[in-house]
Amino acid sequence: MKILVTVKRVPDPETVIKIAADGAGIVQDNVKWVINPFDEIAIEEALRIKEKVAGTEVVLVSIGQKTSQEQLRTGLAMGADRAILVVSEQAIEPLAVARVLAKIVEQEKPDLVVMGKQAIDDDSNCAGQMLAELLGWPQATFASKVELAGDQKSAKVTREVDGGLETVNVPLPAIVTADLRLNEPRYASLPGIMKARKKELKEIPVADLGVDVAPKVKIVKLETPPKRTGGRKVASVQELVKVLHEEAKVI
Amino acid sequence: MGNVLIVAEHLHGKFPKTTLVAFAAGKKLAGLAGGKAVAAVVGQGVDALATEAAEYGVDVVQVDGAPFAHYVADAYTAAVAEVAKQKGADTIVATATAVGKDLLPRVAARLGAGMASDVTGIEDATTFKRLMWAGNVIATVKLEGTPRVVSVRGTAFDAAAKGGKGTVEKVSVAPGPNDTRTQFVEFAETKSDRPVLTEASIVCSGGRGLKNGENFTTYLEPLCDALGAAMGASRAAVDAGFVPNDLQVGQTGKVVAPQLYIAVGISGAIQHLAGMKDSKVIVAINKDEEAPIFQISDYGLVADLFKAVPELTEEVKKLKHA
Repeated sequence: MKILVTVKRVPDPETVIKIAADGAGIVQDNVKWVINPFDEIAIEEALRIKEKVAGTEVVLVSIGQKTSQEQLRTGLAMGADRAILVVSEQAIEPLAVARVLAKIVEQEKPDLVVMGKQAIDDDSNCAGQMLAELLGWPQATFASKVELAGDQKSAKVTREVDGGLETVNVPLPAIVTADLRLNEPRYASLPGIMKARKKELKEIPVADLGVDVAPKVKIVKLETPPKRTGGRKVASVQELVKVLHEEAKVI
Repeated sequence: MGNVLIVAEHLHGKFPKTTLVAFAAGKKLAGLAGGKAVAAVVGQGVDALATEAAEYGVDVVQVDGAPFAHYVADAYTAAVAEVAKQKGADTIVATATAVGKDLLPRVAARLGAGMASDVTGIEDATTFKRLMWAGNVIATVKLEGTPRVVSVRGTAFDAAAKGGKGTVEKVSVAPGPNDTRTQFVEFAETKSDRPVLTEASIVCSGGRGLKNGENFTTYLEPLCDALGAAMGASRAAVDAGFVPNDLQVGQTGKVVAPQLYIAVGISGAIQHLAGMKDSKVIVAINKDEEAPIFQISDYGLVADLFKAVPELTEEVKKLKHA
């Protein structure tokens, strides 16, 4: 089978984010860039299926500037077979991302698309669901377990929902988006890194796909939220209970 | 025009508080746009829920039938998109619960709509505030064209109160072949007598400092029960397998804003702060006095949690019985 996995280049989660002077984005100097953590989980899931199902090909796709090559190479070093970079100088919003991905799906015809449930930069949590709709495919978002049927025609997916776990059955092709507990992603091995250099990484300019990527969501401004300032230390549990009861009046 | 369609999520025949937040946000948006607020109640055998929704002063469209017996994204998208078209809705709104997050982007894609997710503020009928980069940036975004799709953060708006009487209309929707592929298998609900995490007025969360899952049971649960609090956890504790992910408070978990938040053995990574920093009063208990959580806590106690938490539990019990 063929599995397509999406990869987004994002600032390392530990990065201290500052708004740039022009107010249109964030300061990018000295930012360490990584694969969106949920996409790493998505790659890992695809690789685990590949290890179980002989003849599986794992194809990575990213949309972004040429620098996203770095994250795709990391994914290839983890064990993916090849990668596609849709080159776009401008950041594009989830619906446009989904339209671009739908084109790639049309070309690649995967049996399964695995994505991270959300990117930790814009925190939209939209692209997977939107892609499923554009393709008319079922979706199983926030997955914590994916069990492929023996005939590889469907998947039973456990989903992390409010108040518990939900299980759905989806016929393939389908979209699965990865939640935190789906797996523990592997690190790229040294031989993996060596091999990754020779793997195919195809670039496609976004304009060549003929997709409408015009924004419908306009960023008016970016602001730093007011800082919450620390209060004081209390010396004992007794003092804590006293202040919570008498001063804060919350217990 | 200017009508707003509210997706009225329900569970076990009731509207959770998060749905009442969607009612409030939807009515506010309808007011700003000079339109009507209409609620879509989708399900099977939901007459009573439709009647109840109308008591919030909104007109109700009930989509009732076997394909909607359980929430599934594809069939519900068909229902919501169809009602949105019939009602000439410019805006479709729901709360960013697990269902809202799963459903609304799909609806937006079907309608070709711009979408703002998890918004924390409504500036006008088309302009919203939302957080990005783990809550480090507040973005003001404007949605261009119609329709627009908006999911609202459950803790950022007040819940609607009952008042007024809307109409109830039944609309039948037959989902197409592409809308009925997902098959619901089961919902394994976490049984708990404690309040729901996103609705509780007190939340006690544990972090890696608790060391293992048993210690959540031994130390944190008695404190939660003494306070009538919901239990939460940091991502580190979830990652380490101490507790299930539905307890996770943070950027990629649940966002809470209770009256009192007690962080136990949590260092205070930005991803965690993104999920709780709007709490009214924050208490941190941590043995490391340099832990970043103290920088945002109203009251900090530098102590060994394995001593302090049982002591706190006892003190709270004494106070409640006084």
